[in-house]
Amino acid sequence: MSKLKLAVYWTAACGGCDVAILDINERILQVDEAAEIVFWPLAADPKYDDVKNMPDDAIDVCLLHGAIRNSENEEMARVLRQKSKVMIAFGSCSAFGGIPGLANFFDKKEIFERVYRESESTAGKAGVYPSPAVIVPEGELTIPEFYDTVLTLDQVVEVDYYVPGCPPAVDTIWTALEAIITGELPLRGTVIAGVKTLCDECSRKKEEKKITEIKRPMEVEIDPERCLLEQGIVCCGPATRGGCGARCTSANMPCRGCYGPTDHSIDQGAKLVSAIASIIDSKDPEEIKKITHLLSDPAGTFYRFSLPGSMLRRKRKEDVS
Amino acid sequence: MKRITIDPITRLEGHGKIEIFLDEEGNVANTYFQVPELRGFEKFCEGRPVDELPRIVSRICGVCPEAHHLASTKALDGVWQVDPPRTAKMLRELMYSAHFIHSHCAHFYALAAPDFVLGPDAKPEERNILGVVAKVGLETGQEVIKHRAYAQDIQAIIGGKATHPVTGLPGGLSKGITPEERDEILEKGKSCVEFGKLSLKIFEDVVLKNKEYLDLILSDAYALNTYSMGLVDENNQMNFYDGYLRVVDQEGKEVAKFPAEDYLDYIEEHVEAWTYLKFPYLKEVGWKGFVDGKESGIYRVAPLGRINVSEGMATPLANEAYQKMVDTFGGKPIQATLAFHWARLVEMLYAAERLVQLAEDDEIVSSQVRTIPTAEPGEGVGIIEAPRGTLIHHYQADEKGMTKKVNLIVGTTNNHAAINLSVKRAAENLIKKGKVDQGLLNMIEMAFRAYDPCLSCATHSIPGKTPLEIKIFDSQGNLQEELWQ
Amino acid sequence: MADKKFEPLIVGILCNWCSYAGADLAGTSRFKYPENIKIIRVMCSGRVDPLFVIKAFKEGADGVLVSGCHPGDCHYIDGNIKAMRRETLLSKLLEDLGIEKERFKLTWVSASEGEKFVEIVEEMTNTLRELGPLNLEGGEKIV
Ligand code: SF4
Ligand code: SF4
Ligand code: SF4
Ligand code: FES
Repeated sequence: MSKLKLAVYWTAACGGCDVAILDINERILQVDEAAEIVFWPLAADPKYDDVKNMPDDAIDVCLLHGAIRNSENEEMARVLRQKSKVMIAFGSCSAFGGIPGLANFFDKKEIFERVYRESESTAGKAGVYPSPAVIVPEGELTIPEFYDTVLTLDQVVEVDYYVPGCPPAVDTIWTALEAIITGELPLRGTVIAGVKTLCDECSRKKEEKKITEIKRPMEVEIDPERCLLEQGIVCCGPATRGGCGARCTSANMPCRGCYGPTDHSIDQGAKLVSAIASIIDSKDPEEIKKITHLLSDPAGTFYRFSLPGSMLRRKRKEDVS
Repeated sequence: MKRITIDPITRLEGHGKIEIFLDEEGNVANTYFQVPELRGFEKFCEGRPVDELPRIVSRICGVCPEAHHLASTKALDGVWQVDPPRTAKMLRELMYSAHFIHSHCAHFYALAAPDFVLGPDAKPEERNILGVVAKVGLETGQEVIKHRAYAQDIQAIIGGKATHPVTGLPGGLSKGITPEERDEILEKGKSCVEFGKLSLKIFEDVVLKNKEYLDLILSDAYALNTYSMGLVDENNQMNFYDGYLRVVDQEGKEVAKFPAEDYLDYIEEHVEAWTYLKFPYLKEVGWKGFVDGKESGIYRVAPLGRINVSEGMATPLANEAYQKMVDTFGGKPIQATLAFHWARLVEMLYAAERLVQLAEDDEIVSSQVRTIPTAEPGEGVGIIEAPRGTLIHHYQADEKGMTKKVNLIVGTTNNHAAINLSVKRAAENLIKKGKVDQGLLNMIEMAFRAYDPCLSCATHSIPGKTPLEIKIFDSQGNLQEELWQ
Repeated sequence: MADKKFEPLIVGILCNWCSYAGADLAGTSRFKYPENIKIIRVMCSGRVDPLFVIKAFKEGADGVLVSGCHPGDCHYIDGNIKAMRRETLLSKLLEDLGIEKERFKLTWVSASEGEKFVEIVEEMTNTLRELGPLNLEGGEKIV
């Protein structure tokens, strides 16, 4: 039997997904036995022209991590889709937009102004902004075009499977890789991780306590045994897919939802509104208002990793035609 | 005019691209190293609760997430003017020492060693980590894998996750460690010290005892005459986690030494329209374009910058190694770009020794890991030495602790102008009268790689073997020649 | 600023026992209320998942009105209290996403308050006429 052809590629990402793949340590040898990595910029010499020149479907499985932030990301995602039989959105950036997707609270103009003009250490404040094509004395220089809106991979090309996490936990990665190398891939469209919520695998004690206050982790002593939400600390567990092993809640910090929504929660923000509203212990409109207003930045918290992939995708743009 | 495009990852893909323009005589007119990406953390952190930033900004880079997480956490200490308990500071520094071991080990063996251990003239297909293992022995290869994993384990124990830790809070950490975890850390840490020694020995045997390599390191094409910057403690010894930023000039004379909060008095950034990455420089000296020397504000950071600003190391074995390195170059500052590799190994040994020192302190298992802030939030600057250079996080918060402004100057960005210069120098040395030396690729690649540039930090791409592709166009823009590496 | 001819689309999610009956009463007593509202009947305001609201906006609503029984009158005891807790949080979330708080309203209308229902819808329609269309699918790159 000939070896499976694998590709690993990143678009707007941090590289942590690559490091996470390396963290399967010695099991990488099993992958090596079953599959040939034809393209992985981190670990092997990439031959990009070779990829471009490949016939369609020459790659069996492509793991693509990173969001779509600029023209080059989009172009490369399209090329790889064409060359790959199976496309996997790997990691939260690719699956839901991830942390780079928080940029959807703003637009290109606001980002450029801050970075290249207003920032405290930037000299001159002359407003020189990077531009896709620039004439220098010797000729023209080009760089990719920065988009207004961050997109998920499946908003640009068809995606067959999703592996969530920022980065995906080693067990999650291994489940996915095993499915790939044994050829036993689940139903198309499956998110390869837990099926229940994070709360189901979190070992903290849940007592169905109601809350009268919402607090930030930095403000209080955190009880290491009890459910964080029931301590009044916003935790995204109820709206987040399990499978990470409750890494953050075990480290005494609330979940921020990197595994994305479950099949049932669809939109993490909507689900968390319900979950938090249901434990507020008050019937008085004023008091309810007071309590909920202690929750600063609900959108940035509930959609921490999933704004581009959420129902509304981005903060509404005012100046649309 | 001839145009040469060195597109590390081809035109389509990018992440770092070099363009070389030749003049009428066929000599180098100019070079441009372009960074094609931006993600905009400086903007989208605005409006988030400022205490959430350590878990957001770590995503700037998955290769050095601890650096961003801790610089951010330290900036929060400043925002709330809170002093973490001793144990919390020790744990942060311990996690950070493990991070240095992980990062430097990966860089040296996977990325740098192929050039040295196998030699710059080895066949490209052999110049990889497997080739290195074949040469130094499988046993050493296993040691590398083992210690990288150890360092990851230690980071995960303290940070919750090795990649993108979660425990940093203003005033401390969300949790401490148990005595059992401490024992594990200590055991793994001691093993890392041995590994650090082994790595330096390999460098000595293979590189320093080989005159050819030594000459290469000392050659003009790899020298740059810049200022140096890095963190030092009160004794001017190297420190990764805390201290003062010190700047020395081309003669090794101190020209500045300042606490984190004062960075804006000393550092400024220049913007060019042809790249998404900015160019920091010393404010007082000024931006003079891509030139070195005393008149130009360009400085270098990262291992070599740190060695140049330090008067020794705070641990015994690393200090010995440091002295030996300085003596070999006949004093400081050391301006040979390839010496970055050596400096990196000295630092790896220091990190391991420091890790053990911290783990041996009985207070490390204390449960006093937090001081809950009480002051009104304001402004804070957190500075830390990332493996790839000085990292600055500067936050301003409103009275509710919501982020108003974020300013970031990251490791690789500090070296950005110098990397541009190194590329230019190599090109000038190797392209004469339109004749492109075949060694160009190799040479540029080595100069480039010495900085361990992390465009992920700066923008996004991963530090790594930077594959190079040079395209040479004639004056009509037709592709004449294509060189691969 | 808003186009004179712009007519907002409001999605009204009404509880079966009070508000829907109220709207029905308005209809049968031939109070004229603006045609801008499209009504969806649910058993109780407590049944309104925040997802319904968000989805309505996504599908093109310029405003969403949720209406239930007056506090104390909910046929499922405290469904409307649940709705109230969600509303404060959801409004804040929507505002963070650039959707003005005028576009999402929670009200109490009993079965006998046909006239009140008409007033509420009229007022909301007028406010939204001023505000203009929501235009969510704007932007350079939403595909
Ligand atoms: S999902 Fe997380 S770890 Fe992976 S690339 Fe995105 S930010 Fe990095
Ligand atoms: S809300 Fe958070 S802390 Fe509570 S059970 Fe769920 S995941 Fe665990
Ligand atoms: S606990 Fe939540 S944020 Fe943390 S790793 Fe798991 S899913 Fe991600
Ligand atoms: S039945 Fe009308 S609000 Fe519950």
